Amino acid sequence: MGLMGDLSTAIVLTAKLAGVTTLVLLVMATPLAWWLARSKRWFKPFVEAVTALPLVLPPTVLGFYLLLLFSPDSTLGGAWVDFTGSTLTFSFIGLVFASVLYSLPFMVQPLQTAFEAVDEELLNAASSLGASPFDAFVTVACPLALRGFLSACILTFAHTVGEFGVVLMVGGSLPGETRVISIVLYEYVETLRFDEAHDLALLLVVFSFVVLSTVYLLNRRLRFRIA
Amino acid sequence: MTLHIDMQVTAGEFRLSVTETLPMDGCTAVFGPSGAGKSTLLRGLAGFQFATGRIQCEETVWLDSSRGTDMPSHTRRLGYVFQQGQLFPHLNVEGNLRYAQRRASAAASMQWDRVVKALELDAMLARKVQTLSGGERQRVALGRALLSAPRLLLLDEPLSALDNQRKAEILPFLERAKDEFRLPMLYVSHSLDEVTRLADRVLVLAGGEVKALGETVAILERLDVQSLTGTFEAGAIVTATVFGHDQTRLLTSLRFGDAVITMPLLLHISPGQSVRLRIRSRDVAIALQRPEGISIRNVVAARILDVVSDPASPYSEVLLETGSEHLRARITRAAAEDLDLNPGLRVYALIKSVALGKPDI
Repeated sequence: MGLMGDLSTAIVLTAKLAGVTTLVLLVMATPLAWWLARSKRWFKPFVEAVTALPLVLPPTVLGFYLLLLFSPDSTLGGAWVDFTGSTLTFSFIGLVFASVLYSLPFMVQPLQTAFEAVDEELLNAASSLGASPFDAFVTVACPLALRGFLSACILTFAHTVGEFGVVLMVGGSLPGETRVISIVLYEYVETLRFDEAHDLALLLVVFSFVVLSTVYLLNRRLRFRIA
Repeated sequence: MTLHIDMQVTAGEFRLSVTETLPMDGCTAVFGPSGAGKSTLLRGLAGFQFATGRIQCEETVWLDSSRGTDMPSHTRRLGYVFQQGQLFPHLNVEGNLRYAQRRASAAASMQWDRVVKALELDAMLARKVQTLSGGERQRVALGRALLSAPRLLLLDEPLSALDNQRKAEILPFLERAKDEFRLPMLYVSHSLDEVTRLADRVLVLAGGEVKALGETVAILERLDVQSLTGTFEAGAIVTATVFGHDQTRLLTSLRFGDAVITMPLLLHISPGQSVRLRIRSRDVAIALQRPEGISIRNVVAARILDVVSDPASPYSEVLLETGSEHLRARITRAAAEDLDLNPGLRVYALIKSVALGKPDI
């Protein structure tokens, strides 16, 4: 495979990883964000802190613990090998696990903010009209938090694309399996291929700029609608 | 058929404790000064606010903390009209109405045409709720609550966010909803005008406790209740019969008790019909002789039943009787003393202004 082939494989793999991660997080983080937005329990701040940990921890810390967890000698890693016949480390599925943890706050926080903005009285109105809490969540809270969902998905996708440290620790660099574009860029630099590094870095800068602009435009339209 | 309430709500320093049995028909006004716990009572009944005790609506127990029963709001089958309407902003008018209709029983969803017709919602079905005026919004909110086919309608100051003109526009719709759908209503208000027009009975709430419960006319006459509701709006309600319209002077004449009074033309009420009038205490003055050369035209012979003075207030409340009807006057304590007003004394009540109350059928 040529150089361009290598790169396009990495781009497809990265998009696939970010897409799967976004979908998994959408399903997992929505109930969590809803709980965080509505709960008044005393331990809520601690749950919030755990959710935000990936924001401040060095990715290598997360990667280190995940390596231990994924190792065939551990309970999870061992069970995985027994069940599927392959290891979690240095595999695409392992990367998805890692990315879900690593990108969790990027899905939870915009959703939580959007859910918090949903007026409690509208939910009371829905229940007075015979809507169960789940019904009211699906038919009132979610449509009103639509922009929050868009922001959360875009940020999660983009953040997963920008993942490096965790991938390096648990994924390595297997073409088509774990070799995502941030790893490719790293290898370009390592092997002094600066022209290719330039192109790829610029591509990532443009991509990130477009993504963030989209998010801020969404937020601005949201503010206008509330005003 | 009754609504049995034995409910306590604690919110910070505030404590509401209500033990009362209300009939499940007609309109019960929940009346009192702000901070009395009126909304808290409604929210407790709806299940929006944590409450303890026992609530039983007809044969269904909504709340019984001693047995751990607490039916969630959406199973209590109640309609709730909020102060601000709380229409769903992501749905248009029709969407809001259908939201309620879809969750009601099949028989109840037949109500669509009746509700849309009674509240004249037809022309606004396709509109976004953000474009509705305050009055229209409350009409949609009322229609939405009716379409959910509730067995009890709770209205939490539905007109308080509106100006007087909008209030006057929507009151007839509330009256129509009450007559047409025959739903028991609990109506929270601190406006005597609304209470007079809509309520069959009044529950007076102050400081989280029930101060009085009774028929509207009787309650609004009681002096102790008046002092709770604030003397500014205090007044009496009389039932009067229209006997003529004066088209040139734009006045309608009405008779109540032995008295005849006039008020600005009420063309929609034909002669012979009865109306309820509310006459505020502060609009009634007292004279010992029939005054001459005065612009006030409504002068009514009356007998003093009671004079209530509070040393802490510069004012006295005077309860008057004319025929079988009662009037109330608010005058200064000094005037009451100087004129030597005492029960039994025959005086003239000078009525400055009269407001129309709930029509009697």
